[in-house]
Amino acid sequence: MAKFDENAKPFSEKWLDERIGLNTLKRVLQTEYWIPKNINFLWAMGMILAATFGILLVSGIFLLMHYKPDVDMAFDSVNYTIMTEVGYGWLWRHIHGVAASLVFLIIYIHMFTGIYYGSYKRGRELIWLSGMALFVAFSAEAFSGYMLPWGQMSYWAGMVITNLFSMGSLELNGLVEWIRGDYVPGDAYLMRFFMLHVLLIPLVIIGLIVLHFGTLRLPHVNNQEGEDIDFEEAEKLYKEGKIKESKVIPFSPVFLSKDVFVMGIYFILFFYLVFYHFNFAMDPVNFDPADGLKTPAHIYPEWYFLWSYEILRPFNKDIGLIAFGIAQAALFFLPFIDRSPVVAPAHKRPLFKIWFWVLVIDMIALTVLGKLPPEGIFNTLGTVFAILFLLLGPALVWITTIEKKQAKGV
Amino acid sequence: MRELKILAVVVFFSLLVYVLVEPFAHSQMHKHVEGHNFVYTGEADIVQASKEKKETKKKFWSDVKKIASIKGDVKAGEAVFANCVACHNGANVNMGGVIPPKLDHAGSIYDKNYLIALIKDPAMASNVDHKYEDTSTHPMGSVKFTVNSDKDIADVVAYMLVHKAGEATPKEAYEEACVRCHAMRYDKLTQLGETPGFKYEKDALAHKIKVLEEQEKVKTYMGKLPPDLSMIIRARSENFLETFIENPQSQLPGTSMPRVGLSKEGYEKVKAYLTAIGDPSKPERERLGPWVIGFFIIFSILAYLWKKEKWRGHY
Repeated sequence: MAKFDENAKPFSEKWLDERIGLNTLKRVLQTEYWIPKNINFLWAMGMILAATFGILLVSGIFLLMHYKPDVDMAFDSVNYTIMTEVGYGWLWRHIHGVAASLVFLIIYIHMFTGIYYGSYKRGRELIWLSGMALFVAFSAEAFSGYMLPWGQMSYWAGMVITNLFSMGSLELNGLVEWIRGDYVPGDAYLMRFFMLHVLLIPLVIIGLIVLHFGTLRLPHVNNQEGEDIDFEEAEKLYKEGKIKESKVIPFSPVFLSKDVFVMGIYFILFFYLVFYHFNFAMDPVNFDPADGLKTPAHIYPEWYFLWSYEILRPFNKDIGLIAFGIAQAALFFLPFIDRSPVVAPAHKRPLFKIWFWVLVIDMIALTVLGKLPPEGIFNTLGTVFAILFLLLGPALVWITTIEKKQAKGV
Repeated sequence: MRELKILAVVVFFSLLVYVLVEPFAHSQMHKHVEGHNFVYTGEADIVQASKEKKETKKKFWSDVKKIASIKGDVKAGEAVFANCVACHNGANVNMGGVIPPKLDHAGSIYDKNYLIALIKDPAMASNVDHKYEDTSTHPMGSVKFTVNSDKDIADVVAYMLVHKAGEATPKEAYEEACVRCHAMRYDKLTQLGETPGFKYEKDALAHKIKVLEEQEKVKTYMGKLPPDLSMIIRARSENFLETFIENPQSQLPGTSMPRVGLSKEGYEKVKAYLTAIGDPSKPERERLGPWVIGFFIIFSILAYLWKKEKWRGHY
C-alpha cells in the first residue's frame, strides 16, 4: 500500500501528488520535458494545430446545437437559422469554416517542416506515421463536414468522391450504395456523414492527437541543425543553472511562451480572415441548395484536396485510381523510402534539397491545376505534374541511397 | 534574421497558392462580361442578335432613341397611364403567365430608355424576343393597341418619371421588380408577395395552395420555376449579378428570364435587399471585427514580453 499523509489538506499539492502523481506529471510533461533550444517558429505549428482543433471543437459544438441533419432542413438550418436567428451564429459558422481551411494550411506547413528537417528519421518514424494518420482523419473530417450544409457542392462532391469506391473497372456499385445507404446521396447519406463528422471521426482524432504527442516524448523534438543532442547532459547543465550553455529548454514555461506568442500572431491573421475575408473558405456554389437534377458547371474539392484530385484526374479511371492510391501511400512510408541515415536540414543535403523544392512546387502546381478546368494546356500540365509526383518516390530512394554511401565513406 | 526569412518563404508560398487557386482559377472558370452601368441602348442586344434579326434590333433601338428625345407632356401622360392601371393594379392576379408588377416606383427604379423600349415592344426591350417567335405572344403584348404613338409613349414615361418616382425602400424595389417570379423565403416572400400571418392552420394551408397555383402558372410560362433568391448574394459574384440583371442573355444565352431594366439606383436597392437577407451579419461583422483583432494584437504584444522574459539568459 502506498503511503498517504493523514494531515494533507484535501486538494492541496501534496494530497494530489499522493493520489495522481501531480509532481511526476508536471515533471514529465512540463518542467523536465526537454526541447532543443535551436529551433524556429515552425516548431510552434504543433501547438497552433492543437489550438485550431480546439477552436473547431468549440465552434462545432455551438453549430451542432442548431444544425438539422435532414435533406429538407439542413440547408436552411445552416443558412437561415444559424446565420440569422441564432445570436452570433454567423460568427461560429465563419470561425468553423475558416478554421477548417486554415487547419490544412498549418498541417501542410507542419508536414513540409518535418520533411525539410528530416524529422521523421532516427527514432521519429512513429511521429511521422501517427501524424499521417491524423492527416487522413482530418481529411475525412473535412469531407464529412462539407456534406452538412447540403448545398450543390456538398451533393456533387459527395457523389464524385463516393463514386471512387466503385474502384473503376471493378464496378463495385454495391459498395458505393452501401456507403451511401441509397442509390444517390440522400437522407441516409447525410445522416451517416453527420454522425461521422460530429462523433466517430472527432473521437479518432482526439485519440490520434494523444498518440502523436506520445510518440514525441521519447525521441524528443528535432532541431534546426538535425543535431543528435545528448539530452541527459543538456538536462544536467540546465539544472545546474547553466542555461546559456545547455542545448535544451523546458517545454513549460520557456518553449510554451514562444508558442503562445506565435499563436497570438496566428490569431490576428485568423480573425482577420473570419471577419473580412471568409469567402475563400466557403465556395459560392455551395450557397445554391443541393439539386440532384442540376450538375454544376465545375465540380472541384476544397483547396487542400486539389493536389490529390489532380493526380486522379488526368488519367483514365483505372490508372488514375492507382496513381491516386500510390500517391497517398507514398507519403505515409516516407521514413522508409528515405534510406539515408543523415538527419539534417535540406539545405545541408544538396540532392535532397533539390528534391524537396521540386516536391513543394509540384504539389502547388497540382493544387492549382486541380481547380482549373481540365482543358487544353491545363490538362497537359496536369498530366506532366502528376507523373512527376509519382517519379519523386523512386527519385528519393535513389538520392538517399547515394547519400547513404557518401555518409559511410566519410 | 533567420526567422523572418523563413516566415517570408512560408508567406510567399501561401499567398501564391491563394492567388492561383482563388482569383486566378475563378477568372478562368467564369467568363467575364462587361457591364454597361445600367444604361440601355441595345448595344449588346444588336451584337448578340442573329444575322436576320440584327437589322430589326438596330431599327428598334434607334426608334427608342428617337422617342427619348421627344419632350413628354406629363399631364397628357397621366391620361395614357390610365391604360396601364388596367393591368398594373396591384390586384395580384396572374395575367398570361405572371402577375403584372406594381408601378409605384417605376420612374426611379427603372431606366428611362428601358421604359420607352418596353412600352414600344416588351419582348424586344426585355431581350427575350426569341421566346415569342412562334405562337405565344408576350403577356404585355396588348400594350401596342393601347399606347401606340411615339408621343403617347413619351408622355406616359414623362408622367412616370415625375409622379411614380418616389424613393423606394430596398424591399419595395425587390417586390416591384423581382418577386413576381423569384420568391425570397428567408423573408417570407412568395410569388404572391408578403406571406400574411394566419390564426388558423386551414387559412395558412389555403394560402399555400394559392402560392402553389401561382408557381404552377409561372413555371408554365417560364419553363421552370425561377429560383428563390434568399442566398443568391453569396452564391454569385458581384460581376455576375450586375451583368446578369442588366442583360440575362449575356451570362445565360437563351434564358427565359427577361431583362427587367433596373436603373443604377434600382439595382443598388435590389442589391441592398439581397444583401440584407442573404448576408445579414455584415453590419455586425464590421462592428465586432476591429475589437477582436485589437484584442489579439494586445495579446501578441503581452505574449512577446512574456516570451522575452522567459528566454532571458538562454543565449
